[in-house]
Amino acid sequence: MRILHFQLNGDDAEVAAPDHWTLLEVVRYRAGLTGSKQGCDKGDCGACTVHVDGRSVLSCLTLAADIDGRQVTTIEGLSNVDGLDVVQDCFDGAGALQCGFCQPGMMMAARQLVTENPEATREEIKEALASNLCRCTGYTKIYQAVEEACRRQRQCTTERAGGAP
Amino acid sequence: MNTFDLQKPTSIEGAAALLPTSSDSRQAVLLAGGQDLLGELKDGLVEPERVVNLKGVAGLDAMNWEADGSLTLGALVTLQSLAEEPRVLEEMAVLAEAAQQVGSPQIRSVGTVGGNLNQRPRCWYYRNADSVCLKKGGTHCFAQLGENKYNAILGGGPTYIVHPSDLAPALVALGASAVLVSPRGRRTVLLSEYYLLPADDGITRETIREPDEVLASVHVPVQRQGMRSTYIKFRERGSYDWALSSVALCLWMSDGMTTGARLVLGGVAPTPWRCESSELLLVGHAVDEQTIRRVVDEALRQAEPLSDNAYKVPLTKGLVTRALQTLAS
Ligand SMILES: Cc1cc2nc3c(=O)[nH]c(=O)nc-3n(C[C@@H](O)[C@@H](O)[C@H](O)COP(=O)(O)OP(=O)(O)OC[C@H]3O[C@@H](n4cnc5c(N)ncnc54)[C@H](O)[C@@H]3O)c2cc1C
Ligand code: FES
Ligand code: FES
Repeated sequence: MRILHFQLNGDDAEVAAPDHWTLLEVVRYRAGLTGSKQGCDKGDCGACTVHVDGRSVLSCLTLAADIDGRQVTTIEGLSNVDGLDVVQDCFDGAGALQCGFCQPGMMMAARQLVTENPEATREEIKEALASNLCRCTGYTKIYQAVEEACRRQRQCTTERAGGAP
Repeated sequence: MNTFDLQKPTSIEGAAALLPTSSDSRQAVLLAGGQDLLGELKDGLVEPERVVNLKGVAGLDAMNWEADGSLTLGALVTLQSLAEEPRVLEEMAVLAEAAQQVGSPQIRSVGTVGGNLNQRPRCWYYRNADSVCLKKGGTHCFAQLGENKYNAILGGGPTYIVHPSDLAPALVALGASAVLVSPRGRRTVLLSEYYLLPADDGITRETIREPDEVLASVHVPVQRQGMRSTYIKFRERGSYDWALSSVALCLWMSDGMTTGARLVLGGVAPTPWRCESSELLLVGHAVDEQTIRRVVDEALRQAEPLSDNAYKVPLTKGLVTRALQTLAS
């Protein structure tokens, strides 16, 4: 057993976990945040995707001990006081879900792309979501949602820069 | 996952000292990014008492361009940082393209160079927790007579895994070497000599690495002026996957003639598969249709497909053709 100190969705967290536990287990069974899904539990499906220091990782393939001192964001931390994150809002608007199981991981992977490359093409969106399997939607609406999120992110950047509308 | 004790030494020597001296992986295994190891631990393919976490070693994630233009990659350099490094993109396209095509963004953010080169095979008989195949100390390679669509067409027997690493063919094509550190000291080996065929004592392991050796860094020498290079990977599906077949090619040309070539295949053999006799057929010739045909035929001349993987022969010939045409045009 070891005590881990890290930031979880912006708050300080202190959690005791055995050495062989993964970040996913800590998030779900210690912190009680069940948004991140335990799909395949070995890297195949992406449903467990969370951010560590701002980058998407598969929490089922991350040992909990490795997040000591780092910043973890799960789907529960994506929205803020202003409401839903743009990615969540666009997934909602596009109807990009059916059963919803893939969605938390899908949105965390999409969030990284929207932040890093709001100019992303459809091909780049597919590549960015390659790890994230969806068994229901056939992906089209998911890609549309991410395209819309990218568009709004660009708009937001232009407005902030005071550029042309 | 079974329980284990996680240790985080702060030096490579300290890590090596915690590793087993015999091939008994029940004592201890190395952890880098964990993108392969955690799968193995969860499936019980390794059941160590101790996991030795390399991430406590400061500076092991450094990428250094030396004064002579060569490149040193610490074992913990991530695939993402390698794929994005401007000078790698410009001077060693084959390596950047190989790194870009590993897995998915999540895997590349965390997966490391050392872990990529030392990852274990994906053969489903090996990965299946319930099967005790030859690779796991059993008596038979089940792939030989079983479902072998993804297995080796070159260099197989008595086991038929393919080496799954995308970086390995690219680094072999670049003539890279690895530094291995153990309690006995350090040694440098060419990556082309790092991987073992099953027939050369490579049945339960894939490399010459001793159980108490840590791969500390990889060194990529300066390339002769004018190199063009590429890595072409063919996957069964559009999303992430290991290679069904891949080609790493470095080519030097002058006045329309090839003056040098290195051709290495991935996904088709238990090791990165260097095609030296094909390279010789290129030198002194233009990359025309006739030369390409001779080169691809020679590269696959020794292929001995199993029952379900003969498709890899024309597939690989097509990939080599595409790589040659891309670089020569
Ligand atoms: C969904 C998925 C898709 C993938 N797709 C691809 C792909 O397309 N191409 C590809 O090449 N790989 C692929 N991989 C494999 C992926 O695990 C590796 O690419 C990754 O680079 C491994 O690095 P790591 O640091 O996570 O290794 P780890 O999992 O930490 O280690 C892997 C192995 O190497 C050993 N090891 C690690 N570091 C060292 C060292 N410095 N010295 C000696 N031994 C060491 C470990 O003991 C372990 O046995 C995929 C994996 C997953 C889960
Ligand atoms: S639960 Fe982590 S990838 Fe499927
Ligand atoms: S909505 Fe059901 S798996 Fe994606």
